[in-house]
Amino acid sequence: MAVGLIGRKLGMTQIFDDRGRALGVSVIQAGPCRVTQVRGADRDGYTAVQLGFDPGQPRRLTRAERGHLGSLPPYRALREFRTADTSGLAVGDELTVANVEFGARVDVVGVSKGKGFAGVVKRHGFRGGPRTHGQSDRLRAPGSVGAGNSPSRVFKGTRMAGRMGAARTTARNLTVAKIDAARGLLLVLGAVPGPRNALVEIRPARAGTRSADR
Amino acid sequence: MARLIQDLEEDYLKPEIPEFAVGDTVRVHVTVREGERERVQMFEGTVIRRRAGGINENFTVRRISGGVGVERTFLLHSPIVADIETVRRGRVRRAKLYYLRDRVGRAVRVKERRA
Repeated sequence: MAVGLIGRKLGMTQIFDDRGRALGVSVIQAGPCRVTQVRGADRDGYTAVQLGFDPGQPRRLTRAERGHLGSLPPYRALREFRTADTSGLAVGDELTVANVEFGARVDVVGVSKGKGFAGVVKRHGFRGGPRTHGQSDRLRAPGSVGAGNSPSRVFKGTRMAGRMGAARTTARNLTVAKIDAARGLLLVLGAVPGPRNALVEIRPARAGTRSADR
Repeated sequence: MARLIQDLEEDYLKPEIPEFAVGDTVRVHVTVREGERERVQMFEGTVIRRRAGGINENFTVRRISGGVGVERTFLLHSPIVADIETVRRGRVRRAKLYYLRDRVGRAVRVKERRA
């Protein structure tokens, strides 16, 4: 596929493949995006393209944003995609789901659903304590957080309860199950971070990453 | 926004679904793939459940095969389900016939519905 796309997660459903199997898929409204800026090695120190997605009302943007976009539509979302080769991409070029191939592997980046203050079982997959044998109030307890007299403190990074979710998350190496160019939809196998209507970035999967799906 | 998903699902819905209900005896034509060949297999039994809607609508058929109860659940809109023939209409007073699982022999019968 191309450098990447910005989209909106619409939700999940299932479709049937050519062998009649039901596939669980995430539906993403991807693009159309326009290139809003090309970053070059000499000026910026790295190469990337900036894409714009979801035009809104001009008055909702700051003057700086309006000036940056110039004559381009007043995009509400701007995201950069790193790419080694920016040749063939100029400001104003349009990217749509038509730039994605069926069966390609993609990474989908989004902000996961916030789980609030979560205990150690949900947040870190701890097993909790035993239910029986005279236990009370131990079912989802974290257990020991370290030794006693020495070191006389709890090590930094010890996994404990706390805020979970609402963090930038990448679902790696998902297979593109269907491209609906007429509706601008991209369907990928499996789940994708974030709630419905969340903004997601789609980019080609990095080579050598393992896939979660079949 | 959810509208777009519904539109997309509609592409996968069958235009016509044979009429059948819980309690009916049906013959389901199942497409089976053996290597490169495709053939149609029959699965006949009593519909004991029909649930969900849209693309996920499904039903469960129960039959006694070789003295063992066998249940198969089909996605109504799956291309694997080629056809559903109603062999016999049944008169039942429940939406889910799970009680048939506890019955053996003559007690498994469902009363026939007359038009």
